[in-house]
Amino acid sequence: MIFKKKELNKELKNFTINFGPQHPAAHGVLRLILELDGEVVERADPHIGLLHRGTEKLIEYKTYLQALPYFDRLDYVSMMAQEHTYSLAVEKLANIKIPRRAQIIRVLFAEITRILNHLLAVGCHAMDVGAMTPFLWAFEEREKLMEFYERVSGARMHSAYIRPGGVSLDLPCGFLDDVYLFLDQFNYRLDEIEEMLTNSRIWKERLIDIGVVSSKKAVNWGFSGVMLRGSGLTWDLRKNQPYEVYSEIDFSIPVGNNGDCYDRYLIRVEEMRQSLKIIKACLNLINKGPIKSYNYRFNSPSRNEIKHSMESLIHHFKFFTEGYILSSNETYTATEAPKGEFGIYLISNNTEKPYRCKIKAPGFSHLQALNEMSKGHMIADVVTIIGTQDIVFGEVDR
Amino acid sequence: MQIKIKSLIKTIPFLVYQEFNNEVCLIVSNNTLLFVLHFLKWHIGLQYNLLSCISGVDFLTKNYRFSVVYDLLSLTYCSRLRVKVFINEITSVPSSVNVFINANWWEREIWDLYGVYFDKHPDLRRILTDYGFEGHPLRKDFPLSGFVEVKYDDNKKRIVVEPLELTQESRSFNFESPWL
Repeated sequence: MIFKKKELNKELKNFTINFGPQHPAAHGVLRLILELDGEVVERADPHIGLLHRGTEKLIEYKTYLQALPYFDRLDYVSMMAQEHTYSLAVEKLANIKIPRRAQIIRVLFAEITRILNHLLAVGCHAMDVGAMTPFLWAFEEREKLMEFYERVSGARMHSAYIRPGGVSLDLPCGFLDDVYLFLDQFNYRLDEIEEMLTNSRIWKERLIDIGVVSSKKAVNWGFSGVMLRGSGLTWDLRKNQPYEVYSEIDFSIPVGNNGDCYDRYLIRVEEMRQSLKIIKACLNLINKGPIKSYNYRFNSPSRNEIKHSMESLIHHFKFFTEGYILSSNETYTATEAPKGEFGIYLISNNTEKPYRCKIKAPGFSHLQALNEMSKGHMIADVVTIIGTQDIVFGEVDR
Repeated sequence: MQIKIKSLIKTIPFLVYQEFNNEVCLIVSNNTLLFVLHFLKWHIGLQYNLLSCISGVDFLTKNYRFSVVYDLLSLTYCSRLRVKVFINEITSVPSSVNVFINANWWEREIWDLYGVYFDKHPDLRRILTDYGFEGHPLRKDFPLSGFVEVKYDDNKKRIVVEPLELTQESRSFNFESPWL
C-alpha cells in the first residue's frame, strides 16, 4: 500500500480533558478543563462556582451580628481568621475600641487558626503528591487545635467566637496551660513532618521548579500571603499594616526566593513555627480584664445583669433580634488570613443590616493564575500547583 | 501618603475625593478610568501595582445605579486606595484587564452578579452562578429566594429547573425602631 504524501502529514490535535468537579485532588469542587499536548498542559480553564451559596447576598439580609457565622463557612479550614476580619471591619465602621484582653485572645486564636490551616495545606499537599503519612499526623494535631476551639466556643469548627466588640466568651479555666502544653509538643510533630518531607527526594523532585511565579508576576496577579512571600516579596499585613497587638509581638516573616512550590511549602512550615512563637508571646502578654467592649450598644449585657434588671433583659432581646444601626460609612479592611489577604469591603447605610459586604477571598486571585502557573507542566504537576495554592472552595465560590 | 495623594491629585482627572476612616477614595468618570488606573499603577511616587479586588455595588434608587470599586494596594508605600466609577444601567465600564491582568475574574464576577458590561473584556463569561443561569443575583431587585429551583426529578431521572414555589413567604423583619 502506498501512502500519498498528503496523508502522511496528519496534524495532531490537542486533547481536552475534564478534571473534576469530583476529584480528590481538586480540593473540593474545582472543574478544570485541561487542554493537553500529550501529557503537557497547554491551557487550564478553571470553572468555579459549584459551591456558590450566595453568601454576599445573604449577608445583605442579616443584621451585623447575624452575618458573622457566614464567615466561618467561607474558608472552612481557617474559620476564626475570617470572623476576625469581619469583626475588625464592623468595629471600624462603628468606631469601637476593644479591650486588650480581647485583642490578645483574638491574636491567639488567629494564630491557632493559621496552624490549623497550614497543617491541612501541607498535609493535603503531601497527600496529593503521594505521601500519605504526614496527612494523618497533621490531622491528629488539627484535632487538638479544634478542641481548643470547642473549649472556648462550644463548636469544633464554626465557632462564631470572635465578634464585633470583642470575643463572645472568656477563656475557660486552665485553657492557657493546655495551650502551653500543646506548644511544647507541637514542635516535635512539626519536626517529624519535616523529617518526612523536607529532604525527601521524591518530595523535592515533585516540587522544586514547579509552578514558578516571579515576584513581578505575583504582584500582577494580585497574589497575597504565602503565594506572594514565596516569590520573594516581604509583605505580611501583620507586620506592614499591623492590627490588634501584632506590633508588640516579635516574630519574623519567612520569604522564599525561587517562587516554586517547594519554597512555599518551606514557608508554610516556618510560618507554623512563627505562629507558635506568637502564641507563646500571647500567653505572656495576656492580662486579666474584660473581653468585650464596654460600649453596650455593641454588646449584650451579662447573664448576671439580665437576671436582675428588666432593662438589661430588653436590651439583650433587642440586641439579638434587631441588632444595632451603623451610620453611613464604608471600609475595606484586610487581614493576613492563613491563605493570604482576606478583605471585607463593607458599606453601611443607617440601617441594622450591611448594605453591601464584598468578600475578597485570597483563593480567588490565586486560582485565577492557575492557567499561567500550570502552562507547560505535566498533568500531574497541576495537582501539585492546586495543592500549593491552598485552595478551599468555600471562599473561592462564596 | 495621604498628603502625597492630595498633591498628586491635580494630575488625575477625578471627580470627587472622599475619605472614610482614613481610607482614601477617588471617584472618577467612566472614560478616564483606565487612564487613572494606569497612572496610579505606574507613577513612581504611588505604585499602586497590586489590585486587591474589584467590587460592584447596586444603589437601586440612584440615577447612577451601579458603582464599580477598585481596591488598589501599593506594596512599596504600604498604602491602599479606592477608585470608584458610577454608571447607570445602560453604560458599560472599560475593562481594566490591560492594566491589571487579575481584573479578569473580578470583572467576570461583577458581570455575573450585577450585569455590568465591561468593554473589550477578553472573556466575559459567567463565573460564580450555574451554567445557564438567568438574571444577576446580587442586584437589589433580585429576590433572596431567586426565581427558580433546581431539583432531581425521579420520574425523568434527571435534574430539572422549575419555577420556585414557597409554602411560606421569606420573611423580612424590618423594624421601625424608636429605640436606637
